[in-house]
Amino acid sequence: MIRVVLPSHLRALARTPFEVEIEVAGRPTQRTVLDALESRYPMLCGTIRDHVTKQRRPFLRFFACEEDLTHEEPDAPLPDAVASGAEPLYVIGAIAGG
Amino acid sequence: MSRVRVLVGTRKGAFILSADGKRENWEVSGPHFAGWEIYHMKGSPADPNRLYASQTSGWFGQVVQRSDDGGKTWIQPGTPPGEPTTGPEGMPKGESNKFVYDVSPASGKPLTTHQWYDGTQHPWEFKRVWHFEPSLRDADTVYAGVEDAALFRSTDGGKSWHELSGLRGHGTGPKWQPGAGGMCLHTIILDPHDSKKIYIAISAAGAFRSDDGGTTWTPINQGLHSQYIPDPKAEVGHCVHHVAMHKSRPGVLFMQKHWDVMRSDNGGDSWHEVSGNLPTDFGFVIDVHAHDPETIYVVPIKSDGEHFPPEGKLRVYRSRTGGNEWEALTRGLPQNDCYVNVLRDAMAIDSLEKCGVYFGTTGGQVYLSADAGDNWKPIVQNLPAVLSVEVQTLP
Repeated sequence: MIRVVLPSHLRALARTPFEVEIEVAGRPTQRTVLDALESRYPMLCGTIRDHVTKQRRPFLRFFACEEDLTHEEPDAPLPDAVASGAEPLYVIGAIAGG
Repeated sequence: MSRVRVLVGTRKGAFILSADGKRENWEVSGPHFAGWEIYHMKGSPADPNRLYASQTSGWFGQVVQRSDDGGKTWIQPGTPPGEPTTGPEGMPKGESNKFVYDVSPASGKPLTTHQWYDGTQHPWEFKRVWHFEPSLRDADTVYAGVEDAALFRSTDGGKSWHELSGLRGHGTGPKWQPGAGGMCLHTIILDPHDSKKIYIAISAAGAFRSDDGGTTWTPINQGLHSQYIPDPKAEVGHCVHHVAMHKSRPGVLFMQKHWDVMRSDNGGDSWHEVSGNLPTDFGFVIDVHAHDPETIYVVPIKSDGEHFPPEGKLRVYRSRTGGNEWEALTRGLPQNDCYVNVLRDAMAIDSLEKCGVYFGTTGGQVYLSADAGDNWKPIVQNLPAVLSVEVQTLP
């Protein structure tokens, strides 16, 4: 079970609690976690990644285990603590615009 | 007694203002979608309780919202609460925010490019929906004007969107360029007498007309003069801010351009200037009286460099002669130290017998004149910056 923490605007949009739990087959990566998240909450499609290119939206970042994973390869394995459910993957809106 | 419902989009949410036909006591509902930019909301003429809202964010992109009960509750089309969010094949159903530009059927490559700020060619990139225009006849059909400029249509109540790509593909795309607010398709007018005729306007490309329901398009910019374009007969490249039409005379169009207030009496085939005695011919909004097609309204703004009213006086100007002769309407509006702007989609007119004129400001006020412009008062004064105002006249 993978734990994901969404920013408040996306929680309101998808009507989720602070943290969601999703099933991911195999070793979790950014791509497989986001695929599973969008599959369970389709209203999030296009809000974290572009619909077509699957590129991360510029002002969103990914953190886990006190590390910035934003620029990791989408298919790179997430940390063991995320894979085991001990730590959540955070999707965070960047502070921008003052 | 008739009622009115005013749909206000702001930088930080949507608000719905409701009153009976006297328009004296107002109920304010909102903020809906708090914290998100609501570029535009509009109701369906075929079913006034069907509303469409464009919810956008620099962080999270575009969301399409729909209400089927006049704004009490909202859904993202395709994923109503309680319904499965995936189809039988397991694929997500929610694609209401998916605006994908058409590509060339022959090559699979982008249809065209547009001019970037530095003069180079740039690919189209979807950013947001600026304007929804519901069909006059079918509540499930709605048009979306988007940035980067293109026209999309949904025929399933906003669940899915398809580009009317004849607009971008007709050949002038490489000469379109973004205005200061981006390259947006902000105006969509459906001819009430001819379901095949559609007018749209783009900043900064100009106005276009389709006579075949959106399949093919013609630039309609002859007579527009823009000082930054060397060619006085340039087919495109004009910074049109807004266009308005009276439903009884679909061939007559009024335009607020970056500079100049313009008029066409032949469906946009040619334009002539009607700025007349306005204190400045820069501005964003333009609209037409509900019952008198020769009475029009603008809000002059000092200049493109100073987006506020001349002399710090917020004045609506009314022409009863279809332009050229204008009178300042000031009663009830601030006449000193006022430095707000009125953006292009932020004026609307109801169709009550004494028609009401509404406009919103970047200072968060929504003003109403219940007597066609003679007297004004604020309905609300402290909303976030107002991006758009629409009004529905309800039975």
